[in-house]
Order: sequence, then structure tokens, then C-alpha cells
Amino acid sequence: MAEFEPVLMARIGKPDATSLASYQADGGYDGLKKALSMAPAEVTDIVKASGLRGRGGAGFPCGLKWTFLPKDHPGPIYLCVNADESEPGTFNNRVIMEGDPHQIIEGIAIACRAIKAQTAYIYLRYEFGKSYRVLQNAIDECYAANLLGKNILGTDFCLDVYLHRGAGAYICGEETGLIESLEGKRAWPRIKPPFPAIEGLFRKPTIVNNIETLACVTHIVRRGVDWFRSMGVPPDPNNPRDPGSFGPKLYCISGHVNKPGCYELPLGVTARQLIEEQGGGVWKGRKVKAVVPGGISMGFLSADELDTPLDFSGPGKAGCLGLGTAAVVVIDDHTSMVDVLFNCCRFMAHESCGQCTPCREGTDWMRKILERIRSGFGKSKDLDLLMEVAGSMGIIPGTTICGLSDGAAWPVKNAIKKFRGEFEEYIAKGMKSELPVLVDAH
Amino acid sequence: MPTVIVNGREIEIGADERLNCIQAAQRADVEIPHYCWHKDLSVVASCRMCLVEVGERKPDGTIAMVPKLVPGCQTPVKAETVIVSNSPAVLAAQKATLEYLLLNHPLDCPVCDQAGECFLQDYSYKYGRGYSRLQEPKLLKPDKDHIGDQITLFTDRCVMCTRCVRFTREISGTGELQVIERGSHAEIDIFPGEPCNNKLAGNVVDICPVGALCSKDFLYEQRVWWLESTSSVCPNCSTGCSIRVDQNKDVVYRFKPRHNPLAQGEFMCDEGRFGYKYINSPDRLTQPLVRLEGDQQPTDWETILPGVRAAIEGAITAKPQAVAAVLSPWMTVEEAYLLAGYLKNLSKEIRLYLGPVRVVGDDDCYPKDVHGNAVAPTRFTIRAEKCPNRQGVEAIIRHFQGSTLSMDDFWKAVSAGQIDAAYLVGGDPHEPWLTDEQGALLDTLKLTIVQDILPSAASRRAHYVLPGGSFAERDGTFVNHAGLAQPIKRAIHSPEEARPDNRILWELAGRRGLFNAGRLRNEIAEHISALQALTHPLGEFGVMLDTPGKPTNASVVANAATSP
Ligand SMILES: Cc1cc2nc3c(=O)[nH]c(=O)nc-3n(C[C@H](O)[C@H](O)[C@H](O)COP(=O)(O)O)c2cc1C
Ligand code: SF4
Ligand code: SF4
Ligand code: SF4
Ligand code: FES
Repeated sequence: MAEFEPVLMARIGKPDATSLASYQADGGYDGLKKALSMAPAEVTDIVKASGLRGRGGAGFPCGLKWTFLPKDHPGPIYLCVNADESEPGTFNNRVIMEGDPHQIIEGIAIACRAIKAQTAYIYLRYEFGKSYRVLQNAIDECYAANLLGKNILGTDFCLDVYLHRGAGAYICGEETGLIESLEGKRAWPRIKPPFPAIEGLFRKPTIVNNIETLACVTHIVRRGVDWFRSMGVPPDPNNPRDPGSFGPKLYCISGHVNKPGCYELPLGVTARQLIEEQGGGVWKGRKVKAVVPGGISMGFLSADELDTPLDFSGPGKAGCLGLGTAAVVVIDDHTSMVDVLFNCCRFMAHESCGQCTPCREGTDWMRKILERIRSGFGKSKDLDLLMEVAGSMGIIPGTTICGLSDGAAWPVKNAIKKFRGEFEEYIAKGMKSELPVLVDAH
Repeated sequence: MPTVIVNGREIEIGADERLNCIQAAQRADVEIPHYCWHKDLSVVASCRMCLVEVGERKPDGTIAMVPKLVPGCQTPVKAETVIVSNSPAVLAAQKATLEYLLLNHPLDCPVCDQAGECFLQDYSYKYGRGYSRLQEPKLLKPDKDHIGDQITLFTDRCVMCTRCVRFTREISGTGELQVIERGSHAEIDIFPGEPCNNKLAGNVVDICPVGALCSKDFLYEQRVWWLESTSSVCPNCSTGCSIRVDQNKDVVYRFKPRHNPLAQGEFMCDEGRFGYKYINSPDRLTQPLVRLEGDQQPTDWETILPGVRAAIEGAITAKPQAVAAVLSPWMTVEEAYLLAGYLKNLSKEIRLYLGPVRVVGDDDCYPKDVHGNAVAPTRFTIRAEKCPNRQGVEAIIRHFQGSTLSMDDFWKAVSAGQIDAAYLVGGDPHEPWLTDEQGALLDTLKLTIVQDILPSAASRRAHYVLPGGSFAERDGTFVNHAGLAQPIKRAIHSPEEARPDNRILWELAGRRGLFNAGRLRNEIAEHISALQALTHPLGEFGVMLDTPGKPTNASVVANAATSP
């Protein structure tokens, strides 16, 4: 691990790192220049060849997504940059937006070149005030330097980037919720098909990509496919559908560790390595009880699953929903899983947009059941009921429009499956939780 | 013809029909329960009541199923689509969805207007479970009586299907309704101070599948199972919306729009919907009256009809060209035919006038944009012409007289002293159809016969008053603005001594037997070429007069399958 050299975080912390001058001194915007000298399809090919997978949660191959746009479309085509970052435990987008914004804007410009977009919208989580100021300043600098605007660097490529502050809900980060919100409506995710690449923002072809994904694009174009593929985990030869997990990844470690923070590592590091080598171990000398591998909607790894590699396929093999946002939340052995799960359910019930019946009602019902268990009135059959409710929610059974519902159901399924004994004991003993709940927290 | 397989049964659909699974299943008489989907609104696929399994039958006969449930409303069918709505997985999903919908539902069926015609009741009974496993308190949400002058919201009965929201965005275009809050706290609401008072607002009550949106007019008036429905046509403008008249014990309680692709589609306007009060009015003319000298005296039908007949015949003998009849555009084709035929048979010189055609402003088209301007494509039109049958009555007058004379012509002739006797059929139940000054002019006539349902400046001074029936008391035909002839049907008895106009005129004309609209329609079709399309049974949707011989389109009929 020692020889890994940070990529996305390489410049963070340097003096004046957010300024255009310092970025350019480090070779900034050379990638854009290179992309401008190539045909758009060539840029897409590079990204495709790199194996870059979306960092926003679903891990969808980035270059492949770009090829879903209609061929020879007269435009406009839009790029929506997803900076809504609301998955609990996740703060990697924020770290790079605040610390090195130009690598993101360069990535946006390269992506727009590739997909032939002339307008990009950055949908920024409302609460990120500093990110807003830093990004806006970086955008202004680029306009002044002809890195954005008309005929960029003397070419025929034109691009406008708008920074939009979000509407303050988790669901605004779901790509079609984001699009609706950008259009000025409630962020109610759209039914698919049509997918955004065919009919997205303002009913035009649209690509939605995460901040970290686009930051990776910058470095891929600058340093090449082979360099990118030298990091991470190659495809599983036994699984023809696995595209592998290449490149660097920003892991967010929070919860009961000594050194919480955002760490950059090649994809595939294990949960144990992260906690011990980066996070400085579990706090107060305690042991791990459970680990959230990538935001709470991914579920939980138990203490004996800590060697799971945190690449795109690792957490799935351990029964989690996926790698998600690679936000690792460590839960120590003094913590009640009933409390943890209640808090997950409270969040999801609060954030369900309310359009699909199973998600709207199921999230709140699970919250209510857990609230009752926490007050000492649980019944043993509650666990089966929770499993049944969780099992009937989500796009995986096919009962909802977006993935929030799966994300709400997954921690319930994982917690009750992996920690059933603890739940049963809690209920049997009529235990109660004194811990206050952050009812007003979002 | 493409074949679709619904629960193992093969059905054929039209080669270029675009159907979703719900519609295709309807063809196979299979109900796929649904809330959010409505034929005339955009697809949101959010209620998830319509989940089914779908697949495709391959040429070799094997069936490949999609490995998860899909919303039937969002899934189009094509040749060889396989729909399964009765598998264990589908039944479990239906059960789960209904349990979710009932979690916070107040279950106040005993006091809910919708009970008896509620899709939450019906689906719970057919597809749900008998009890709820919720142990915790239900969410309570405040009722919103302020959301409209005609509509009220029982917030916690809402199943969040957003049909009402989409109606105000897509059909009326006025956009008053919206969703506020998130998750299970989501509620329908208005923007503060901007109630939902557009002229189509009443429709949201009809399309609301549950008892959340209720009509203030109907609220707590009746249990719906006491009501009897009769299909008819709204008489309040020349759009001629197909409706149902719902009555109990001869009191009309509400109109509901009835699907008619040839008339208005699915909806109706509030002016029409709530424009029924006069039917039950205590002011109705209910007693035949005669004024030989001095004041009007009550009489009976056995006396008055021969009296009227003799008086008309006397006036004709005296001076036939001074005898006039005013035929109201609220009359049916049959009634106009009976009266015109009776009089013209007595003398060709009698003059027939078309009664007052009330026109208010311009046609009012929807949807509207934010500035209130209509935008294409039009989804609904409220006509400026506020009577139901100008075209039908005109066709009758033209047949007997070559051309029609207007009400202006009538009043000019009266002022000029050219009229001695007049048979006036009133009609407009909403606005006086003559002014007091015009009424005073009638004092110069030697004979005034008024057939009407409400008192007027004419009835008060008439020599003979024949109390007629409202449209809900009559059988016959209305022809709308586009030439669509639709049947109206008798829903209630006329109050007291009042009689349906068709019966009055049938007897006045000395016809034998009983009035029968269908038989008379055939007779009219035989004699009047402009109305020859009436020979065909008018059916549910009516016939277009300008395309005689063309019965109602079969595929249109097929589409009429009921949906919530
Ligand atoms: C409920 C929900 C919330 C999401 N929130 C975010 C988010 O905050 N940021 C993000 O980048 N992606 C989020 N996503 C994933 C996006 O829908 C989308 O997959 C992603 O932005 C695509 O970008 P990528 O391909 O670059 O990862 C969310 C998805 C769901 C279902
Ligand atoms: S799954 Fe939940 S959050 Fe997603 S669209 Fe449906 S109700 Fe909204
Ligand atoms: S009020 Fe009725 S129509 Fe409107 S969303 Fe609720 S249930 Fe649907
Ligand atoms: S549009 Fe005309 S016919 Fe239709 S309901 Fe309104 S008044 Fe009646
Ligand atoms: S989801 Fe299909 S009818 Fe609501």
C-alpha cells in the first residue's frame, strides 16, 4: 500500500491548491487540451477502455453510459454533475470539491467534449457552502481564462457550466430526481425507460455523472488507460459480466475509529486494512461489531466479514447491496444494532420521496416497528415482519421506481440476518434504548 | 393480428393498437387493479397496485419471463407478450401494496362518501388481507376543506396516486393541486390562497379512486348504494357531455361524466355538473293552469289539453299566419317533431321560431397556460352555446318550414302586432328566457300557451300553462355542437302534476298509444333526411348525423371498459 501515490487528493492541502494558476502549474488542463485535439468518440473510447466505473453508487461503467446517447443527435445534450452527496457517511465529493476543484471542472469539460454537450449543470448539495464558493470561483477563473465559454482555447468547442444549489433532500441525488429538481420540480424520480441518456434534462439526452467519476476522467485522459488500469482489481475470470474495479477510490471512514477521514486508495482494499491501516483502529480499544461498506443503504458487514475487498463486487458477495459510495462506517461492539438499524430506518423514512406505495409506507412502517422495539415493546414476530416488509420493497423485487427503497430495505435485511441473535435478545429481555435519537437531523 | 396471452388465455389486439398490460388484460376480462394509471393522464407508475409478471412467447413456444415484477400500466404489450396477474408473486405484491395503503388509512368507510364506489374497498376485498399488522398509531393529517369551493380533501384517505395533481396539470392546465411533504407525510395541497376552483375542478372527485377528494355538493347527501343511475346527456351546453344522472326517490343528487369518445371523452365541467339544482326546485311548475278570464286557475290535464287544442284551432281558423310557436333548444328532437308536426299539419302558415339560444362568451378550451390562455392540443371544451339541442330542433324546423326564424324575429313580429296566438316552449332553466318587457308584449296576444318547467314572465300571464318535465324526466334525443345525436333517458318522475313534454305533445297531437322515443326516432329518420342516421339504435355513444349508416365505431366501444 505504501507505494500508492494519491491521484485525486494529490494536490489537496498544497498552498493555493484551489487556484487556476497553481492547478495549471501542476499540468492542469493539459488533459482538456489533449481531449480537444481528439475526436469526441476517441475520448469516449479512452474512458471506456480505462474501465472507469461510476463512483456515485451504482458503479455503472462510465464510458459505456456515454455511448447510450443517441447517435448524431442535433442537441442539446446535457451533462448533469451529481454533487448532491447525501448518502450517510459520504463526504468524498466534498473533499475534492473544496480542495481541488479544477480537476473536476477539467473532467466536466472533457466529458462534455466526449458527449458533445455544450451545457453542464453541477447539482450541488445545498448544505455545502464552501464547496459552492470554491467551485464558483473556479468556474469564474475558467471563464476568464477561456477554459469555459465560447470557443475554448481557440477551438470550436463551447461549454457553459452552471453551478446549481440543490433542494436539500437525499432523493435529489437520484439521477432522475436530480433532473426533475433541476427543472424546478419536486425531486420525484422518473420511471425508466426512457433513461436519461435518451430523454433526460428538459427531455433531452443527458448524462449524469458523479463528481469523483469526472475527476477520474481528468486523470485518465492525462495519464492514459494503462496507468489507470494499473490500480485496482481486474475482472473476475469466473464472472464474464464483471468489468473489474480499476483506479483509485476515495474511501470515507467514519464512526468508531481513531482517525476518521477521507483516504485515497486503489480499489479493492479490505475493510480491515482501511480500519486498521488508515482509520487507526477502533476507538477506545474496542472491537468491531459491524461495518457499513458504502453508505448505509448498502447494508452491513459483520465482524467476520472484514476481509471483504471493497471493490465493486466484494460487498455484494458478502450479502451487501454493493460498494455504494465507499463510505465505511465502523460500529463498535458497545453499540446496539437495534439503535443502528433504527437510525437507518429513520433516515430512509424521512427521505423517501413518497411516490411509490411500498417505499413511502414501508420505510415509515419499519421505522415505527423499530421505534417500538427500542421502547421495549418488541415482539419476536416483529423480526419476521420486518424481513417481510423489507423483502417487498425496492426495484429488485420490482415494486418501486428508484433505488432508495432497496437502500432502505437492505440494512434491515442485513442486520436481521447477520445480527438476529442480538435482536432476539433485545426483544426477549424487553430492553430499551436510552440513547437519544437525532430526530431533527437530516 | 398480434396475440397477447393473459393468464394463459390468448386474445388478439389490433395491429397498431398501443395498449398497456392493464388495457390488454381488460380485453381478456381480467382486472389488473390499479390506482395511479388513468387513460387520459400521463403514466407515473407509482402506486404499484398493477404489478404483474410479463414475458414473451418465443417462436418455439417457450416463454421467457422478466425476472421481476413490473407495473402493468407502464409496460406496453406487443405481439406474443405474456401477462400473468394471478401468480403467487403477483398476488403477494397486491396484498402487500394494499396493506401499505391501508397502514395509515383511517378506515372511516361508515362516514365516507366514497364507500360503495371505492377502489380501496373493492381491491382490499378482492386482493387484500383481512387485517392490518400495524401496531403503532396511524398518522393523522388534517382535512382540507379550503382546497376548493366545490371540492374538499379528506387528507388521510389519500392513496397518493396523484391523479388529481396530474388532472390539474394536464387537463385543466391550471395546476392548483400539488404534493407537499415527503414520504408517508406526503399530502395533497394547494398553494396558500390559490384554491382549486377551475371550471373542471369537480372531475378530480371522480378520478380520485378513494374518498379523499369529495364533492361538497354531494357530501353526506346520500349513500351511493341508494342511488340509481340513468345514462343521459348534460343539458347545460352544446358539448353534450355523456353523463349519468344519479337519483334516489325522484330526487337528483348528482351528475357524473360517462365515458364517450364521440362526445367529450372522460370528463365534464362544473357548470354542467352542478347545474342540476333546478330539477329539484320548489319553484317548479307542477300544476296545469288555465286563465279564461281574471286569474290563472288550476285545472287538470283531461281538461286543459282539449282546451289548448280548441284554442289553437280557433286561432288558426281566425288567422293562421298570426299563429306562432317557439321551439326551445332544450326540447328533444322528438318533442320538436311532435309539436312542429302537429301545428304544421293544422296549417302550413303557422310560423315556427327557434327559442332563445343563450351564448355566453366564447368556447372555453382546456388546458390553459399560466396566463389562462388555452394551449393546444385541446383536452376539453366548455361551449359558449348553453343549450343542448339547437341543432336537433333546427333540423326539425327546417324540415317543416324550410328555414328557421329566430327569437328576435318573434319579438319583432309580436311588437308589430303580427301575432295573435303563441305556443311558447320555455326551456332555459338557468336564466330567464324573456325579459319583463318582452313578457308585457305578450299581453297584446289573444292566446298565449306556455309549456315550461319554471315560472317566467310568460307563464305568469299565459292563458294556458302546461307544466313540463326537466331533461331528467324525459326520453329523447339531443344533437350536440358536432352533430352527435345522443339519447337522453328518463331518470325520475316529474313532480306532482308536471308531465314530460314528450307525453304532453304526444297527447296534444292526438297520437294513439304511449310515447316511445325509439319508435318515434325511427319515424323521424324515415321522414327527415337530415336525421336519417337516427334509424340506428343510438347505442351508448350516439351516432353522428353527418355520417348516416355508420354505427358507433366498434373499437371505440371496446375501449369503454370501466376503469376507476
Ligand atoms: C436514493 C439515491 C440517492 C443517490 N444519491 C446520489 C448522490 O448523492 N450522488 C451521486 O453521485 N449519486 C447518487 N445516486 C446515484 C445516482 O442515481 C447515479 O447513479 C449517479 O449519479 C451516476 O453517476 P456515476 O455513474 O458517475 O456514478 C443516488 C441514487 C439513489 C437511488
Ligand atoms: S423508491 Fe422511494 S424514493 Fe424512490 S421514487 Fe419510489 S418512493 Fe420515491
Ligand atoms: S386525493 Fe385522491 S386523486 Fe388525489 S392523490 Fe389522493 S387519492 Fe389520488
Ligand atoms: S361542457 Fe357542457 S355538456 Fe359538458 S358538462 Fe359542461 S355544460 Fe355539460
Ligand atoms: S403503478 Fe400502475 S397503476 Fe399505479
